[in-house]
Amino acid sequence: MSISSSQRPVTTGRDREKPLALGFPEMRTAELAAARAGDVGRVHSWELVTAVDGPGTRLTLFLSGCPLRCQYCHNPDTWKMRDGEPHTVDQVMERIGRYTGVLKAMHGGVTISGGEPLLQSQFVAQILRRCKKLGLHTALDTSGYLGVRVTDAMLDDVDLVLLDVKSGLADTYRDVTGRELAPTLKFGRRLAESGTPIWARFVLVPGLTDAPANVDAVADYVASLSSVERVEVLPFHQMGRDKWRALNEPYQLETTRPPSPELVERVREQFRDRGLTVY
Amino acid sequence: MSTTTVPAATTHGAQAGAATTSEAWRDFVAGPWCDAIDVRDFIQRNYTEYTGDSAFLAGATERTTGIWATLTAMFPEERAKGVYDIDTHVPGTITSHGAGYIDQANELIVGLQTDAPLKRAMIPNGGWRMVETSLKTYGYEPDEQIKKIFTQYRKTHNQGVFDAYPPNVRAARSSHIITGLPDAYGRGRIIGDYRRVALYGIDALINGKKLERAELDMERSVEDVIRAREENAEQIRALQELKAMAASYGCDISGPATNAREAVQWLYFAYLGAVKEQNGAAMSLGRTSTFLDVYMARDLAEGTITEERAQELFDDFVIKLRIVRFLRTPEYDELFSGDPTWVTESIGGMGNDGRSLVTKSSFRMLNTLYNLGPAPEPNLTVLWSNELPEGFKSFCAQVSIDTSAIQYESDELIRSSCGDDGAIACCVSAMEVGKQMQFFGARVNLAKTLLYSINGGRDEVSGKQVSPISPAVEGDVLDYDDVLGKFDHLMDWLAETYVDALNCVHYMHDKYAYERLEMALHDKEILRTMACGIAGLSVVADSLSAIKYATVRPVRDETGLVVDFVTEGEFPTFGNDDDRADDIAIQVVTMFMEKIRKQKTYRNSLHTQSVLTITSNVVYGKATGNTPDGRRKGEPFAPGANPMNGRDTHGMLASALSVAKLPYTDAMDGISLTSTVVPSGLGRTREEQVANLVGLLDGYNISDGFHVNINVLNRETLEDAMEHPEKYPQLTIRVSGYAVNFVRLTREQQLDVLSRTFHGAI
Repeated sequence: MSISSSQRPVTTGRDREKPLALGFPEMRTAELAAARAGDVGRVHSWELVTAVDGPGTRLTLFLSGCPLRCQYCHNPDTWKMRDGEPHTVDQVMERIGRYTGVLKAMHGGVTISGGEPLLQSQFVAQILRRCKKLGLHTALDTSGYLGVRVTDAMLDDVDLVLLDVKSGLADTYRDVTGRELAPTLKFGRRLAESGTPIWARFVLVPGLTDAPANVDAVADYVASLSSVERVEVLPFHQMGRDKWRALNEPYQLETTRPPSPELVERVREQFRDRGLTVY
Repeated sequence: MSTTTVPAATTHGAQAGAATTSEAWRDFVAGPWCDAIDVRDFIQRNYTEYTGDSAFLAGATERTTGIWATLTAMFPEERAKGVYDIDTHVPGTITSHGAGYIDQANELIVGLQTDAPLKRAMIPNGGWRMVETSLKTYGYEPDEQIKKIFTQYRKTHNQGVFDAYPPNVRAARSSHIITGLPDAYGRGRIIGDYRRVALYGIDALINGKKLERAELDMERSVEDVIRAREENAEQIRALQELKAMAASYGCDISGPATNAREAVQWLYFAYLGAVKEQNGAAMSLGRTSTFLDVYMARDLAEGTITEERAQELFDDFVIKLRIVRFLRTPEYDELFSGDPTWVTESIGGMGNDGRSLVTKSSFRMLNTLYNLGPAPEPNLTVLWSNELPEGFKSFCAQVSIDTSAIQYESDELIRSSCGDDGAIACCVSAMEVGKQMQFFGARVNLAKTLLYSINGGRDEVSGKQVSPISPAVEGDVLDYDDVLGKFDHLMDWLAETYVDALNCVHYMHDKYAYERLEMALHDKEILRTMACGIAGLSVVADSLSAIKYATVRPVRDETGLVVDFVTEGEFPTFGNDDDRADDIAIQVVTMFMEKIRKQKTYRNSLHTQSVLTITSNVVYGKATGNTPDGRRKGEPFAPGANPMNGRDTHGMLASALSVAKLPYTDAMDGISLTSTVVPSGLGRTREEQVANLVGLLDGYNISDGFHVNINVLNRETLEDAMEHPEKYPQLTIRVSGYAVNFVRLTREQQLDVLSRTFHGAI
């Protein structure tokens, strides 16, 4: 299947034309200082989930703000940091502390997701450190785009990385996300070198990411990472459509359908061919 | 605690059963249970804990599947007609019908309620009108002679209750603020200790009751004592009839059971006697698997049975439990949808000594769901503790994933109130077997109560003044403290009216429809509870939260009645582990319980309450107007203690943890939660799904969660089952506190189930 150019014109969304704000433009000075130090962060929401964001039942913390603008994003409401609620690390830890015993009994832990959590890497680092002090299993759900912000000390506090490899080809990656692929590849290799377990994720969108060559490229890359424990092929769905509408954002995938079971199977097989455990 | 002496044959050496008793009890470890009725002591001294996995289990034999196939071939006709057959001439009693069989040559365990499978009996002691309505619904004509007996010569429970109801009770009843009272049907929720018949035999039990009678005869003849003597006489008569009924099947149950097959058979006869003459809403079995395991283990050790035969005995027993049938009306079906009988069997749990009560027979009982396929009855209930053996926990989770047929209750909480021989009656009512019973009290509609408090006691649907006139809410915006104060005041009236109603109901039930056989299988001195209940808790909590945290403006009709609300702003809702909303729910539970406790109860029963709706959340919602939380008039409530649909947005566990906060001490008759999760929401692989479900149950358990129904289902399956019921004859789904065949629910109920949160989609 080829990527039809008529279906997806080169992205010209407003957010993509100008440089994306990676700082904290909408915060006041005092808050800004606290945010820089990682004492305060912007939180979108939290949820207790089973079997989706790492092993067992976990508390997943969704942080606000993301440098990518994935065409298939199902949580566009997490894009802008200013839409999140400011939380101190203590406030977040109060919520986590409440579940420490239960999370351990459920062989779960804490997953920090987003948005892109590494946009607030200092905040994330502090939370991870304190989770480890509580003896909790930690997972980081990231695109890897800002992997360079992860210090070695921070990496020591991460038990699992859910690495979202959105495409294996630089052009497709840029098309899907509006950003470059290279930082993700680099971060993944660093995780493999440090022996940090990885669950690689790939969102399968018909007409966008499903080209055999693109999947092969992702699969080759993932197979090259020695610490990958499993690959999750996530079929595209339309549950985010209403959020795009609500945000009045131009949504390119209005008419895209979820992949057929046959297509999903073909793609999973491409990963399996490389000896990977695939779901 | 008083125990009843067993003048077992051993102590009355002259009796014929002497040799039988020592033979029957061979190799059992002796103890106090030999000298007085004490089934718990027998179990504790004789059971063998099993800590392994399910690998030992045997599948269904051809014999088993043959018998089950005979019945399943009859189910479509029953489903189509509503009943398979009714005996319109002979009312059911313990001995009313001759022996009946499904397949006499092949049945290992025998006995039917009437002389043919699925043929229902009339049990008119509860009330004639219910019988007559049922008959006409299904196209049968009542027998004039029987009608005459129960309308002219023999007063019924229903008639008695309405002779005694005061006007305020009648008003509360007809406005649906109090609904579902067992005033026209059997109250149920009494568990006879059916194990006693197997362990001691009928003669010893009769002798025990005679000794109790001797004690009563030494007391002066005052009202309580006279009643107790009459009940005692009825109990003895029932035991004698039970012996006669067993004899009609060729079994002499005067002495104890001597092997595993007899143990199952004797126990089943006892239960069968109860369901032959009582049409109780819930006719629960108790806690029998581990008791029976002692016999299974002895026979296996003696080499007289194989694992395959042990499983066959359980399969055959369960087949019988699956075809318990009562004659009920469509109105009853609205309250308790899908023809449930609540043959609740409690499995597992921990002993006081730290050993678990899990045996191989705990597995065998659950294994019937594989050998016979999923089914709602018996209502298999696992008493869960995170201390249970891992092999058993995993097997339970696996069975839940495969069948959605199990409910879980906190063994930790139940043990704290009932000890380690407690069992569940109905859905969530824990009681110590043979030592405790309850007066089932259905429930009050608290959402409607909140609306009454806003409207000064007028009904928001009819406009009628139902409770005494009180000041209605004034002004354009509801004030939290004002509404809460009025709600508190209205609850005083409600609690009084409610307990008045229940006192009338149970006085008359004892008088006209006394459960003589079930009570014969109880001690003389028992704990009675007055089991009140509330419905609409999450509607009330969210409504009060809206009033407190958002702006709620009442909308009045031309008569000044508040009929709607405009709610502006955000407010926290119950089911997200948010203390702001959850504390309100806790407060409401405690408030009402305190008011119930102030009421004088019939037979000095102990006040309790449940947060449970069964499937009546739909009819309650239908009868209730718009509420401040945004729920529209007529919309169903959430079942039991569940958060309202779609408002629990932080995952299944957060939802459960909110419910777990409700105080058990103020809701000792149980707190019900129903959770549905899609299979993929539990994990990628089967192992992962099992491990994660065990984790969730452990997490809920250590958080003091009392009860949870677990459904592992895809929405598409249910939608397809609505369109093509014939494809899903055994599709089982847990609703509030019990399980039903999904295809036997009314369409309304099916849609309600579908509208609920399915956790774990992506």
